[in-house]
Amino acid sequence: MHLILFIVFAGFCLAGAVNLLLQTHPINSALSLIVVMVSLAVLYLLLGAEFLAAAQAIVYAGAIMVLFIFVVMLLNAGREERTAGSRAAGLVGFPAVAVILSLMATLLLHAQGLGTARLANGITSTEELSKVLFTNLLLPFEATSVLVLIAILGAVALASHDEGNATEKKEGQ
Amino acid sequence: MNPLYAQFQQEVPLSWYLALSAALFSLGVVGFIVKRNLITVFMSIELMLNAVNLSFVTFAHQWHAVKGQIFVFFVMMVAAAEAAVGLAIIIAVFRARATLAVDRIDRMSL
Repeated sequence: MHLILFIVFAGFCLAGAVNLLLQTHPINSALSLIVVMVSLAVLYLLLGAEFLAAAQAIVYAGAIMVLFIFVVMLLNAGREERTAGSRAAGLVGFPAVAVILSLMATLLLHAQGLGTARLANGITSTEELSKVLFTNLLLPFEATSVLVLIAILGAVALASHDEGNATEKKEGQ
Repeated sequence: MNPLYAQFQQEVPLSWYLALSAALFSLGVVGFIVKRNLITVFMSIELMLNAVNLSFVTFAHQWHAVKGQIFVFFVMMVAAAEAAVGLAIIIAVFRARATLAVDRIDRMSL
């Protein structure tokens, strides 16, 4: 069962990632990225990380991808154009990445001492996770809350249309 | 032994998970190099972050360590912050240049 689920969702993951590269329209790429993220949530569940599976589905496939699709629609992004630069990058990039991937895959598949995963084995409950998170790691947790607050302020400051400032600059020129 | 039970007990080596993580990361790198749309390049970065998260969860399973999963939680938080700021920057760039093609965005000044 575990093997079948792993093969199916690993296949979905790889197919989504390849489709992200092949599609020329950003909205299609965004939808294939959602497929990758939901399949990764299932793989986390297979590895016994139940809280992370839920967080992956809610935060990544929900919040972050909604932001992406919102921006694609807001900016009315069209098809991307292939240029000489992208052809050169493809010629050099694809072989280099293929070499790196084959090296990593050979090393990992021959690695000694790695265990196996099976269904209903080594499940980390949310309770265990939160005990460590809210006792030993409380300070980093609070620090990330400040980070997210700063990110919100930064996003508002960057994206807000500063009308007065823009006209001043134009008059200055 | 019941054949259905035997099938239920089938195990997957953790190295397969790591190989999948490596493959996803490589696809993210290829996307980062080849894609010519600013938003799609940003999506490739998210793909790479996800690939690394998968290997964190795999090693957390291997060593029965909770801290590996908590690291993934922090990576998710930082990725959410990064996505918010990055997309705001993309909107600001689009407002200044009226294009999303990375080849046309080649000057630091406005």
